[in-house]
Amino acid sequence: MISNLISPKFFTLLKVQYSNMLEYRVEIALWAISGIIPFFMLNIWTNNDLNESLNISDIMLSRYFLCAFFVRQFSVVWVVFSFEEDSLMGKVSPYLIQPLNPFFRYFAQHLAEQITRFPFALIIAFFFFLVNPESIWIPNFGILFLGTISTFLSFLIQFLIQSIVACLCFWTEKASSIERLLFIPTLFLSGLLAPVVSFPENVKSWIYLTPFPYLIDFPANLLSGNATNISIGFSMQILWIILLFPVFKKIWSEGTKKYTAMGS
Amino acid sequence: MNLYKYSKVYTKFLYTSLASELEYKVNILIDLLTAILSLIGSIFLLTIFFQNNATIGGWEFQQALIIQGIYTILNGITNTWFNPNLTEIVKHVREGTLDFVLLKPIDSQFFISLKKMTPSGFLEIMLGICLLLYCTKINQINLNFNFLTLCLITIICSICILYSLWFFISTTTIWFVKTWNATEVLRSFLYIGRFPLNSFSFSLRIFFSVFIPIAFITTVPSEVFLGISQIWKILLEVIVALVFLFTSRKFWLFALRYYSSASS
Repeated sequence: MISNLISPKFFTLLKVQYSNMLEYRVEIALWAISGIIPFFMLNIWTNNDLNESLNISDIMLSRYFLCAFFVRQFSVVWVVFSFEEDSLMGKVSPYLIQPLNPFFRYFAQHLAEQITRFPFALIIAFFFFLVNPESIWIPNFGILFLGTISTFLSFLIQFLIQSIVACLCFWTEKASSIERLLFIPTLFLSGLLAPVVSFPENVKSWIYLTPFPYLIDFPANLLSGNATNISIGFSMQILWIILLFPVFKKIWSEGTKKYTAMGS
Repeated sequence: MNLYKYSKVYTKFLYTSLASELEYKVNILIDLLTAILSLIGSIFLLTIFFQNNATIGGWEFQQALIIQGIYTILNGITNTWFNPNLTEIVKHVREGTLDFVLLKPIDSQFFISLKKMTPSGFLEIMLGICLLLYCTKINQINLNFNFLTLCLITIICSICILYSLWFFISTTTIWFVKTWNATEVLRSFLYIGRFPLNSFSFSLRIFFSVFIPIAFITTVPSEVFLGISQIWKILLEVIVALVFLFTSRKFWLFALRYYSSASS
């Protein structure tokens, strides 16, 4: 299955999906804009001096939220919604016959969308720096590299979780409501709205064992130069991927046996 | 306008949408859970904020809970009526089925805005009302007739503004067709309705009271609730609501002139 990733098949898929995504530029720009919630949060934080007791300066906090915005932009996953629609419409049947797991198609779709989204995210960052010129900084190459990798790993974790949820479509038809349920802890615990260091102690004691802080808080801290434990962060990200992957494989093979080709 | 006819049609709408929604019973249960979790999450976020500062934008924790309660009620209304119906406009325009709506001997805006209903939003409305009742207790507000009518008026105005905003954005699809996620942008802006307007910086405050009047949607009713609102703010909200309703109606009629149907 992994070997498929480097095969020419996958690159062809990626190219097709990229030109497909370029068709929907306006839509993707709107998606990019709809991710600006971290900036509103930053505004609340700095405007009410909430960060004083945390020992994070305004500048570091603004960099944190900018990075959180970026990480979120490049780890948005919607595979369950696409898969649900395809499975309700019976479009999954032809995909199943092809000698490639259909999830590669969705994976390529997400990667292509991220490439299309990149310039829009840069434009939003440019406006952010126009408003907050004091927070301009250029992370060094090593940090940028590690940050990109951790963002990608965060994307992988979320992609795997959602793919597992998507496979539940084989049983319940409407799996997107489960995804909406899972999105709530992701929203509040991942560090998108408030950095995890600011959480109360009794939450902090267990939160680092869940995948949530590694989705946005860890990559954003890494990129923005805030304090974080790099080796533990990476190992937890990889650990979660290793844990989730067999679950996905299992549920996929069980699900395809159950598949009844609805609507065709 | 024949009121009797419209109420009869609406009961039919209610009946059919309830029947189709109850097909997915587990879904409703999961949605209920999502609503509860999302309220817990917002209160968790508020506690993080208030952990570092006693007041936010001049609001204490108990007072900020009122905003949360009103936001929850309005969000419930959005999920019950606006979201399922108005996202449908995009589909109607894309697939050309708006023709069938326009041909019906009934007002098209009425049909498009109220056709569907998702019952799981009711729980959110109820949760919001419970939170508000709890708030009246902890803030020692004594309920009397005048107070209740004022609250009701401002909340109804908020609903009207909210509806008009959604309807405006959805109507633009008649020209742009592919803006599935324009409503997502609105959703992310509405997110800041969970916090008092004063907690934002001056420029954002202006933006959110002039261009997208989110300020009026939650902050004004909450101030009425606390008994600290000035009469001119309430009057202004009523005027804004009327203007928004009127222009959204005109905008719909104007947009329909440009509707050129699809594939026919």
